[in-house]
Amino acid sequence: MGFEVPLKPNHWTLWPSERRAQGDPSGAGRQDGREALCQGSGVSLPCVGAGCRHYRLSRLSRRCPRRARRRPSRGTVGSRGNYGGWEKKRRRLEELLADGMAVDGGCGDSGDWEGRWNHVKKFLERSGPFTHPDFEPGTQALDFLLSTCKVLVIGAGGLGCELLKNLALSGFRQIHVIDMDTIDVSNLNRQFLFRAKDVGRPKAEVAAEFLNSRIPDCAVVPYFKKIQDMDESFYRQFHIIVCGLDSIIARRWINGMLMSFLHYEDGVLDPSSIIPLIDGGTEGFKGNVRVIIPGMTACVECTLALYPPQVNFPMCTIASMPRLPEHCIEYVRILQWPKEQPFGEGIALDGDDPEHIQWIYQKSLERASQFNIKGVTYRLTQGVVKRIIPAVASTNAVIAAVCATEVFKIATSAYVPLNNYLVFNDVDGLYTYSFEAERKENCPACSQLPQNIEISPSAKLQEILDYLTNNASLQMKSPAITATMYGGNKTLYLQTVASIEERTRPNLSKTLKELGLVDGQELAVADVTTPQTMLFKLHFTT
Amino acid sequence: MARPGPKEQRYDRQLRLWGDHGQEALESAHVCVINATATGTEILKNLVLPGIGSFTIVDGNQVSGEDVGNNFFLQKSHIGQNRAQSATELLQELNGDVSGNFVEESPEKLLDNDPSFFNRFNLVVATQLPESTLLRLAEVLWNSNIPLLVCRTYGLVGYMRVVIKEHTVVESHPDNMLEDLRLDKPFPELIEHVQDYDLERMDKKDHSHTPWIVIVAKYLTKWFSEKSEQLPKNYKEKEAFKELIRQGILKNDNGTPEDEENFEEAIKNVNTALNRTEIPRGIEELFNDDCCLKLTEQSSSFWILVRALKEFVANEGQGSLPVRGTIPDMMADSNKFIKLQNVYREKAKKDTAAVGSHAAKLLQSLGKAPESVSERELKLFCSNAAFLHVVRCRSLAEEHSPNSCSRDAIISHMDNPDSEIVLYLMLRAVNRFYKQHGRYPGVYNYQVEDDIGKLKSCLTGFLQEHGLSVAVKDDYVHEFCRYGAAEPHAVAAFMGGAAAQEVIKVITGQFFLQYLQFCKYFGVLPLTGLFCSVLLAN
Repeated sequence: MGFEVPLKPNHWTLWPSERRAQGDPSGAGRQDGREALCQGSGVSLPCVGAGCRHYRLSRLSRRCPRRARRRPSRGTVGSRGNYGGWEKKRRRLEELLADGMAVDGGCGDSGDWEGRWNHVKKFLERSGPFTHPDFEPGTQALDFLLSTCKVLVIGAGGLGCELLKNLALSGFRQIHVIDMDTIDVSNLNRQFLFRAKDVGRPKAEVAAEFLNSRIPDCAVVPYFKKIQDMDESFYRQFHIIVCGLDSIIARRWINGMLMSFLHYEDGVLDPSSIIPLIDGGTEGFKGNVRVIIPGMTACVECTLALYPPQVNFPMCTIASMPRLPEHCIEYVRILQWPKEQPFGEGIALDGDDPEHIQWIYQKSLERASQFNIKGVTYRLTQGVVKRIIPAVASTNAVIAAVCATEVFKIATSAYVPLNNYLVFNDVDGLYTYSFEAERKENCPACSQLPQNIEISPSAKLQEILDYLTNNASLQMKSPAITATMYGGNKTLYLQTVASIEERTRPNLSKTLKELGLVDGQELAVADVTTPQTMLFKLHFTT
Repeated sequence: MARPGPKEQRYDRQLRLWGDHGQEALESAHVCVINATATGTEILKNLVLPGIGSFTIVDGNQVSGEDVGNNFFLQKSHIGQNRAQSATELLQELNGDVSGNFVEESPEKLLDNDPSFFNRFNLVVATQLPESTLLRLAEVLWNSNIPLLVCRTYGLVGYMRVVIKEHTVVESHPDNMLEDLRLDKPFPELIEHVQDYDLERMDKKDHSHTPWIVIVAKYLTKWFSEKSEQLPKNYKEKEAFKELIRQGILKNDNGTPEDEENFEEAIKNVNTALNRTEIPRGIEELFNDDCCLKLTEQSSSFWILVRALKEFVANEGQGSLPVRGTIPDMMADSNKFIKLQNVYREKAKKDTAAVGSHAAKLLQSLGKAPESVSERELKLFCSNAAFLHVVRCRSLAEEHSPNSCSRDAIISHMDNPDSEIVLYLMLRAVNRFYKQHGRYPGVYNYQVEDDIGKLKSCLTGFLQEHGLSVAVKDDYVHEFCRYGAAEPHAVAAFMGGAAAQEVIKVITGQFFLQYLQFCKYFGVLPLTGLFCSVLLAN
């Protein structure tokens, strides 16, 4: 680990101003250079998307090694830019080699063995006709992966286990993993880093232990936490973030976090403020992967409508006219359990407690037989109560492999990243399809545009609440609404704290006018779907 | 159903996909994997985790440093040891229910000394095998009727080909299947049930809780008597029919229509509910297949059931398949819904029994025991009768022969010079390179430059020999030399997931093995939009 240079958190950026500051004249002409590259005289790769974003994209990863130097260097200026840092590393490597260290052609890590990175190096040390236009072969890219690049994996479940393995075997070492879950028996059919003896232990910790013991020099750092427990400075330290989550709310939250890092100067996005997000998801034999470059490509909120709405049975069906076994199970879960409190007062239904499921199952059977409904089984009961999504090792393997490949592409500039959404299905043959999800012009998370609410002053606050929760591009869960008035903040409605909810509930039936809100008023809205408070401007209609 | 045991808990998430019977099939299968490469062990990982019965790795190689670099199931300490044994050790610990075995021998040696060795497996997976060995193996397996899955990771290109004489699928789990409601051809029990309803004389509550299927059936009768003898077919007629239904919505004292959700559902479903009940073309084809027409003692229960189905259609079915027996959920009170559901269920039972008695006669005439088709099999077969599926593919020898290499199809695909077929042609060229030079192109950096020319002449030779007058861009030749036969882990992991899924499909007899239709001619897995988009400049 002779020349490992620790990366200072939040410092892989500053470009091209940094470049100019370091006396690289080419920094100024970047805009032109970019276009020349993309129009590709002799380069057979087309530029994907407007604004040649991939050129800029590739710079993101290029920046990292340079940043890693910490000390400004005026090393050799390469033909395409300043790679003094890499050059310096290379020279140090030559020195090490000269010292007779047992290293394998270009990799200076003492823990490595002959041939360890051969499969990876062919893609990084050789030029090729289909590489990213900005790619330059050499040893620097692998060095960057091995010693500098810091990746966060969110979720250590089905996708997470695969992601950790794929990244570690692709040359990534500084991998952090965060997961709030503990291991359940039903995870063992696909989450291959866990064994029966690990059931009940935190997923992130077991996964990190396993990986670090199996793969020499791999340094996985686990966090047994919710993503919401970590603050901005935590997320800022990573070069790339990759998600294997099963929750849309969590995706929206991390998306919101990364969007909040974006920095604009005179309306121009500072590329140094971007942290790319790769997001994978699976359900049974289907899955998808998306590459989100904050501020450049569609973000989670831009495409919120792509997620299917959660299906809930109408209450009247559940309560008075069940037709399906699921209706009976929902009746017991929603109505009978709170009424009977079978395991003691205040004991909430735990989908992982077999006694609880058994009780629901028995009661559902009883209800079903009253209505001559067939088909209530223990498995179905558990599926409905826990809203289980079927899962199998093979789909996770495919989706995580695609995600890891995208991380690799972005980190090394070896190939053009996926632009930007891939759908996979292998029920019906094996099907992959990719398309460019489009940015939403007034996206509440990534657009920079103020969010407006057009509403009549005689509308009630309830209508604003309904708008925030029902609007397809907002889909908030339990928004808290605050207004700045009379020089202070006034909570108009907040439902997550019972006492405040009770106190503010009467506001819902008041009109905006009665509440003292005026045209142009800004409302601050907080919700679990975003780490940031969102501002909405009221536009009164007449 | 009682509370699940430890096994059911462990496999819960996949049992919801392929059921207990799919799991049973998986647990009684023995799969052989040739070569514990990254691709090989990733496939195995995805079979061991869901609980395949047993596996055997065949590999005569010693573990190299390069192997440990891209393979999660090999460790540094294994370097120099046998690769089959080392990988088995680490794969076995994934799942105690699985029996892991290894043979420290090269497939070539086994083919020389004991080709019958392979007969014990339900399926053989060959990874990263040279073409000559592959063709020998494929021939042995083809003659013994054992499915072969060829899987290869070559740089950023994945290749997969299933070689199977015949594969029959009952449960294909189609994604968007239309309901089988028979509204165009109502069976007597349904007609009778609908007649029990009198929408004119119902109280408001019953009226708004009548299932939409009954409403559509009722108004169809009205349509036939008032408007036309034909089902509403085109847009205009369907709109008129919807309007007819809309007229039936109850009105309140002021004459404004009530809010009747069931009528809204009826109107919404007009477009799909009036589909004509017919035999899908694929099923017609099965009826005319030789395997169906000429049953023998060797006929599988699948084909006996296809024949029984055919006879049902010609007789009791009056031209239709057995009723599936399921209806979607809809606005209705419990009693009305369950009664209607039972009408369909009972009819399905009756039809299934009729197919069963045809099957029994056929079994008897073939001298087979009546139990050789189980109740469960019969029931599954009948409820999936519209989705039966048969896959047949060509042998590898046929695909590789210059006389039967799908020349025209390849040439027409190559109209697009960046078609995935170019990857197939390149892999064939790489194989030829290996045959001529005893190594793959561009393994070491210093070879790349020289090998581009050599690979190009291999490609030209291959194309000429097979009469393929197509132009392959030089870029592809360069790219394949650049790969230097590398097997990057993430690509191997992708192939591991995709190939394991195909193995599960073959073993459980569920789901479509659809890209065989593509592979039938070529055998290239199109990784469109993914690794190919990298490779194919489109």
